[in-house]
Amino acid sequence: MEKFTKITSKAVPLAIENIDTDQIIPARFLKATDKKGFGDNVFRDWRFDKNGNTNTAFSLNNSLYSGSILIAGDNFGCGSSREHAAWALVGYGFKVIVSSFFADIFKGNALNNGLLPLQVSPSFLTILMDTIHKKPETEILVDLEKQIISIADTNLFETFEIDPYKKTCMINGYDDIDYLLSKKEMIEAFETQRK
Amino acid sequence: MSKTLFDKIWDQHVVDTIKEGPQVLYIDKHLIHEVTSPQAFNELKERSIPIFRPNQIVATADHNTPTINQHLPIKDKLSKNQLEQLSKNCSDNNITLYELGHKYNGIVHVMAPELGITQPGMTMVCGDSHTSTHGAFGAIAFGIGTSQVAQVFASQCLLLKKPKSLRVTVNGKLKKGVLPKDVILYIISKLGTNSGTGYFCEYAGNVFENMSMEGRMTVCNMSIEMGARGGMIAPDETTFNYIKDRQFAPKGTDFDKKVAYWKTLPSDIDAVFDQEYIFDAEDIGPMVTYGTNPGMGIKITETIPKENNSSFKKSLEYMNFEAGSSLIDKQINYVFIGSCTNSRIEDFRVAANFIKGKQKAENVTAWLVPGSKQVEAQIIEEGLKEIFDNAGFELRQPGCSACLAMNDDKIPKGEYCVSTSNRNFEGRQGQGSRTILASPLVAAATAVEGKIIDITKQLN
Repeated sequence: MEKFTKITSKAVPLAIENIDTDQIIPARFLKATDKKGFGDNVFRDWRFDKNGNTNTAFSLNNSLYSGSILIAGDNFGCGSSREHAAWALVGYGFKVIVSSFFADIFKGNALNNGLLPLQVSPSFLTILMDTIHKKPETEILVDLEKQIISIADTNLFETFEIDPYKKTCMINGYDDIDYLLSKKEMIEAFETQRK
Repeated sequence: MSKTLFDKIWDQHVVDTIKEGPQVLYIDKHLIHEVTSPQAFNELKERSIPIFRPNQIVATADHNTPTINQHLPIKDKLSKNQLEQLSKNCSDNNITLYELGHKYNGIVHVMAPELGITQPGMTMVCGDSHTSTHGAFGAIAFGIGTSQVAQVFASQCLLLKKPKSLRVTVNGKLKKGVLPKDVILYIISKLGTNSGTGYFCEYAGNVFENMSMEGRMTVCNMSIEMGARGGMIAPDETTFNYIKDRQFAPKGTDFDKKVAYWKTLPSDIDAVFDQEYIFDAEDIGPMVTYGTNPGMGIKITETIPKENNSSFKKSLEYMNFEAGSSLIDKQINYVFIGSCTNSRIEDFRVAANFIKGKQKAENVTAWLVPGSKQVEAQIIEEGLKEIFDNAGFELRQPGCSACLAMNDDKIPKGEYCVSTSNRNFEGRQGQGSRTILASPLVAAATAVEGKIIDITKQLN
């Protein structure tokens, strides 16, 4: 897993609520057996019509917007547990998803792939959306160590929560397997004691 | 201290607690399928980590399998490859697999309960969000991502923060024609798609106590649609009777011992939940959804609400519905009865009971897809297939099918499908398809009439 400490980037706004993982990566693309290539099909049916024509109205296709931060509506990542959604967002180049609420399984999947699900208050989300819509070149700063998200050239910022264990994992690029393997003896003892 | 059903099982499975961090939770059963496991197998292989407890894993092929001509080679190269990888991964690692054509093959959440693999007090996971289904037995069961599949492969454990507790109580008498699917669609329509996020939900009250195991599975299945990672119902005599004598259920005195333990699991009378909701069974009617998330549901007799919100409007635009209108008399050309929500024998009995002596409407393409080979066999044995055949319906072979349209069972662009599945997301049943979630009874009635009808009038 790639290490994450801080980034400064422009952002892509996606002001839709309840974005489910079927929209992030439709089921017909889940036939691959490795983690690569999903980025090409992220938000496939919103980015392109059935004949493959680009939907220019969609923010990811709008040349005004770019960057590795996606600002999305409330309850992002609901629905299917497919980790392919996180792989697709990472594959496309996103490093941070900002929303006022994340679905549980998606949040875990994102963290396990070095993608930061950054929860802000509904009011700060509105400020972010408005700012990016009005001034797409605005840079957003995300500092994981200090747990702060701020808007460049303004004094607008907010602190965010993250599980301390997961924060350490993100900063150091560790994953849960390493930790769990270090507990093997304890797990075996637990099994024996339950018998 | 008083404990909930969830607390009791969770606490018994905690191996270790990280200071100010998550807990190491032991997993009893790990179910896998072809779509969310290959990358996890690869991960372990690349890191030279062996599968820790292969005998606690059970695999099936379901998401990506055809529902006709299963005996023939699979045409789609990618699907074929995915299924072959599952077979290879399972045989390389000594994992039990019920592959396509096996007498136990079926949708993972239909197969495990009917074989007696799912039991009260267990912790169970699967790389599939509808793993919540197994909570119907009083088990902690939840969906996980592929990184977590790899974690369980490596250690039979997961690192998790204990979720908060939520209880949804429904008491009273359900009206005629109101099925378990309507109960859960009603609950989600009232609570919305994210009110359960961060919680594990227990369903309580006489409505669930009086429900069959299959009905309970339908309810728990959709817990994730209100955001709850899992749903559960206290085990009781209905649970024990269902499990008894099933293939992998404990037998003889072992079974009796287990039952004695299972009886200790229900929430203590004075257990406190972080959140509670109470509903009256009398208020529930046959339900349909009108939007693009499962929380957008109404009673079939109601009209689509009016909301001034851009996401709501986008949703209605996609469905081509108008706020304030009714779905009754809406022409429907596709009906799907199947999925891990409603593909068990009771669902097909309900459908057959309505269809018997009637004919499928000419405009309707209807797919009846059993949840497993065992359900399929029972449909034939009970003479339900004959009823379906005579009425012009096609009984297909088991699999996830048109619930997520990974195989060829896709609803065409712009068409409506009245579906017994669990998600009405945009394009869920095929690009541009429009899904209306409903019970097997409403689906069967739609197929016969060729349009949505007020089923309550027919029943009274």
